[in-house]
Amino acid sequence: MDEVLEVMSDIQFNHEQTAHCESGVISNIFRHYGLHISEPMAFGIGAGIFFGHLPFVKVNGVPGTTYRVVPGAIFKRVCKRLGVKMESQTFSGPEKGMEALDRVLEAGRPVGLLSSVYYLPYFPPAYRFHFNAHNLVAFGKDGDNYRISDPIMETVTQIDAKSLAEARFAKGFPAPRGKMYYPVSVPEKVSFEQPIRDGIKQACSDMLNIPLPMFGVKGMRFLAKRLKHYPEKVGDRKAVLYLGNIIRMQEEIGTGGAGFRFMYAAFLQEAAGILKRDELSELSAELTRIGDTWRNFAFNAGRVCKSRSVNNVSYAELSEMLMQCAAEEEVLFRKLSKVKL
Amino acid sequence: MKKEEVPQDGNNMHDGTFKQLFYATDNAGQYVPVTSVGWEPENVAMQQAWEEINERVEKAKAQVLAGEISPVVYYMEKTIMDLPLLASYVGKFQWQVKRHMKPAVFNKLSDDMLRKYAAAFKISVQELKNIK
Repeated sequence: MDEVLEVMSDIQFNHEQTAHCESGVISNIFRHYGLHISEPMAFGIGAGIFFGHLPFVKVNGVPGTTYRVVPGAIFKRVCKRLGVKMESQTFSGPEKGMEALDRVLEAGRPVGLLSSVYYLPYFPPAYRFHFNAHNLVAFGKDGDNYRISDPIMETVTQIDAKSLAEARFAKGFPAPRGKMYYPVSVPEKVSFEQPIRDGIKQACSDMLNIPLPMFGVKGMRFLAKRLKHYPEKVGDRKAVLYLGNIIRMQEEIGTGGAGFRFMYAAFLQEAAGILKRDELSELSAELTRIGDTWRNFAFNAGRVCKSRSVNNVSYAELSEMLMQCAAEEEVLFRKLSKVKL
Repeated sequence: MKKEEVPQDGNNMHDGTFKQLFYATDNAGQYVPVTSVGWEPENVAMQQAWEEINERVEKAKAQVLAGEISPVVYYMEKTIMDLPLLASYVGKFQWQVKRHMKPAVFNKLSDDMLRKYAAAFKISVQELKNIK
């Protein structure tokens, strides 16, 4: 037993704090397997930037808004575009899932795990909601505790086996079902050029061309129109909660909306260097300004929330600001789709 | 967002220990990672979300003590679950869980069912039956 423990604690894992869990786990775990990719680069190649407003998908009674693509999509796309082969497993129950995790760790492999933040004791308590699509890396065991590199935390941490099992096998939607994943083959040499082109193309298409009103730039206008009428439709109290949720989805860890705009801008900047396209640097600067427009929206929305204002004018103004975000992003992604890469 | 503009509005929600990472631009316009202890609008929204939860918990508590609803509702609110989530934790249909929210039905629940609720809420059966 002692021998095994020694071997397991020998895994050296280079943890770096990132802004978002999915792109962060990609960056951290790929680095361990010899593929160096920054978080923004992973986010861009995975076409992570998005917008969606789904009034009928309610989370604790509040309509859902997202500033990123559906969980898991960034990972899938990055692996496909870079030619990384992943082994990914889900399990019928905690016993099997924890046993399989131990075996992989014994083999000296750090693994990505899907989990619910509600059951992660090291998380700041205020953030512990039933959010089931959080990614983290387990890279060893210290007695009964697992060594964890959670990409949104500053440093590595530990978690007891019981909490980890609960987090991995949380119920609800989407149920993580103990999902565990790690690269089995990473190409020796990767070129980012074509993956960047593919990622940009997909992001433009997702933001501009989905023929449904809830998604992309259209989705922002859709939300803007609905937000305007929140006070009269759902009452002041709920309107504030709805608004608060838009801000939280925009700014909260792991989901940061304006954060995603800045991360994509960082990606465009890096891509400009790799593809030697100055246009991408200019668009990066433009997206940075759009991110600031989003932050301005959140700032004003926060003030409305704080005053619990009964005055409908503020909602109309916020709606206008969102319309502005939509207009600016539409221009940006149209330009981006026309850059010859 | 410029590096210097990355908000540093701390509040007690992060326990003073947790910093988020952002990407912001330096003087040359280059993106660099910067950590932040928090931002006022998010803090406000987060605080309100918790106030709402706490109000619901208090309301449920009063109703349980008045004998209007069963402790299942109180603990559901307390653990921030909703009906579909709770139903999947105890392995029942939503309509069944709804029935268990009636005091008369709850009082007749089998020990086995009570244990399932207690496990879902991570409390003892004793705590489930007698809310504090």
